[in-house]
This record gives sequence, structure tokens and C-alpha cells, in this order.
Amino acid sequence: MEATVVTENSNEGVWSGGGKKPFAASYGKMMMWFFIMSDALTFSGFLVSYGLMRFKFIDSWPIADEVFTHVPFVHGHYPMYYVAFMTFILIFSSVTMVLAVDAGHQMKKGKVTLYMLLTIIGGAIFLGSQAWEWKNFIGGTYGAVVLQDGKIVQFVDNDGHQIALSDFVEKQEGSRVAHTRSNGLWFEKDAGSLPPYTVNEVVASFNANPAVNLRTEKIDLGVKRKTIVSKEEANKFLAKATNVVMGANLQVNEYGKTLFADFFFFITGFHGFHVFSGILINIIIFFNVIIGTYEKRGHYEMVEKVGLYWHFVDLVWVFVFTFFYLV
Amino acid sequence: MAHTEAHEAHEAHESHTGLIWKVFGFLSIITIVEVILGIIKPESLHLTPFLGTSLLNWIFLILTLVKAYGIAWYFMHLRDEKTSLRRAIVWTVVFLICYLTALVLIEGGYMYDKLAPYISWS
Repeated sequence: MEATVVTENSNEGVWSGGGKKPFAASYGKMMMWFFIMSDALTFSGFLVSYGLMRFKFIDSWPIADEVFTHVPFVHGHYPMYYVAFMTFILIFSSVTMVLAVDAGHQMKKGKVTLYMLLTIIGGAIFLGSQAWEWKNFIGGTYGAVVLQDGKIVQFVDNDGHQIALSDFVEKQEGSRVAHTRSNGLWFEKDAGSLPPYTVNEVVASFNANPAVNLRTEKIDLGVKRKTIVSKEEANKFLAKATNVVMGANLQVNEYGKTLFADFFFFITGFHGFHVFSGILINIIIFFNVIIGTYEKRGHYEMVEKVGLYWHFVDLVWVFVFTFFYLV
Repeated sequence: MAHTEAHEAHEAHESHTGLIWKVFGFLSIITIVEVILGIIKPESLHLTPFLGTSLLNWIFLILTLVKAYGIAWYFMHLRDEKTSLRRAIVWTVVFLICYLTALVLIEGGYMYDKLAPYISWS
């Protein structure tokens, strides 16, 4: 109760939500919990709709281990490592946040400042990592071919490991003529948006190379691996090919179902936006701590409230991590 | 734990630093276990179906919930809140999410059963 009295005396004219504290929680803290609960249900809605689509296409959903395999400065196939690092960063920034709250309870301004700063840095590293993850996903790894009905077919070597188009496709001279402004009524510059190879080049190289096999999206649920088909059957698929795909976006996804890309961008994007706004709020609170706002107010409850939000963002990531990368 | 009283009385705020680092260690260990299981994907767990999904997925789900508990209880200090507030928050969210998840995932399984036969893979 003392704290409330102090607040009202030292902040004349500032509305603090009144002196009544239902459940012994101040107005601000209660409202933060209201917000967190509604946001938790929003995220559950997103993740559950992801679950719905995944269950609907349980036998042809992309396998996360094959999608997120990049580690900075290292070439090769390393699933999970980078996202595990991101998870650690976020958990660690949660720890520094809770240490800031703890120091706030003891009115140690210096410690609160330091821990808030570390929290902000942790959040920024996480956000940068997520941007990098997006960049890899958008840019793609291997490339694939999309069929008339939207199915994706990928290429594997004789051991069943995926291989990139650039590893076996031979460019054919003159198979593609650049469209110029001078000979078109309708002209759009197409540089950059075109896939690196044409369908014909991929099909020709595929048939010329016995070490290349074709894999469909269909998962053998007994062994949880995608189905590799024979050359003849592969050519039946390739006869229906419409486009070469490199990377993923909202329309097409070289790793499989476009829905997977849509959900990935939407859910991790929405979470990333939460992290971003969390960093902004943390920065505001950080400067307030430095100029002594809470020292004057007599308590650091504001740090506690922004801490609740920050931990919530961490909590959501724990679930996003599980549902996008683990299960 | 007697922390609730201590917190309310606004007595000398003893530091919880030790506990915080312990919780961090706990969360880290769970994450490491998850990542190792995710990389190895032991076939005995990964390919054994259990209640609608694989045994491995159930392990991931339970470890995730344990992590969520750690974060909510110690980092968001629900532990130090009044029991009534805690229940108002946790029960509401848990109940609604369980309900939504159960209904929607059952529907997803149904859609798969009905639609999969119409998709040609040859």
C-alpha cells in the first residue's frame, strides 16, 4: 500500500488507475495481463489454424528439417542449430529482463540500467537472426519445379539427399530470349524475377543424368520420408511442369506447400513484430530508468510491466519453435 | 512458498537472483534436450504413433509446456501473484486453448480422411 500512496503524492495530476487493487495487482499490471491473455488467444488462433492445415495435408507437408538448414559462415546441412541459438538468445534476454525487474524491486538503478540494456541487445540479435532466417527461406536452397496442379517436385541424388538445380542443370544456348522494350507493346523488365533455369533445361538435364532422381511431396507415413519415384514416372510428372521455383514467397514455395510459407511468414512475422515493439518499449523504459523517472516515482513497477510483455514474447516463441521446427 | 506474504508486505526485497539462474539452467537443459531429439529423431520415438501423432511429438509438446510453465511461473512471477489472479489467467487461457485445439485438429484429421483419396500422386 505504501507504494500507492507514494505514487499519488509524487505524481499530482497523473492518473494511476486509482488506489483500489483487485487481486492485489495494480491497474497497469492488471491491464497488461488482460492484453497478454488476449494476445495469447490470438497467437493460439494462428498456431491452431497452422495445425488445421497441417493435419489436412499430413501426408504432404514440408519437413522442417529440410527447410531450415543454414548456419552463418558454414556451408552444409545443419538443421535446428541456428534456431536453437535464436531460442537461447531470447531465453537469455528474458533472464536479463527478470534480473532487471529483480534489481528494480531493490531500487538499484545501475543494475536495472545494465540489465535493460542487455535485454535490448538480446532482442536486437534475435530480430537480426530472424531476418537472416527469412532471407534464406526467401532465397531458397535447392530450387524445384512446380506442376500444373500446384504440386512441387524436387531433385535428389541416388542416396536420397536433395540436390540443387545448379548442381545438374545445363544451360541451353538461346532457350530464352530477353524481352526488350523495342519489340513489345507491353513491356515489363523481368530481370531478377525470373528463375535461373527454364523447365526445358531442367527436364533435359534430368533425363541426361542418371544420378538425379525426382522426389514428390508425398510422405510415406510409415518412414516419414518423401517418396522418390522412378525415371519413367518422373517424366510423367515433369510433363505437367509449368515453372521452375527458387525460394519461397506468398505465391510459391520450393520446399512444398505454399501454405507452409504463408503461415511461416505470417506467424513468425507477427511474432517478430512483437519482438520489435518490445524492443521499442524496452528502449523507452531504458531511458526512463536513466533519467530517474522511476527513482522519483519510488518504484520500478513499469519495468515489471514491460517485463511481463517481454516474457510473453519469449513464451510465444517457445511455442512457435515447437510447432514450426520440432514437431 | 512464503514469498507471497513477503511480497505483499513490501518488506526488504530479498534478491531472487539465485532462483532466476536456476530457472535459466532448467530452461536451457530442456531446450538442449529438444534440439538433440530434433536432430537425431530416434526412429523408435519418431515412427511410433501415439494418440494421433508420434511419441516424439508428444515429448516435444510436454517439454514445451514445461518450458511455458517455467517462464510464466518464475519469469512472469505468477508464483508471487494472488491465487485468484493466477487462476483467472491460467485456467481461462488453458481451457480456451484446449477447446479450440481439440475441435480444430479433429476437423483437420477429418478433412485429411475425406480429401486425401482425391489427390493423385502418380
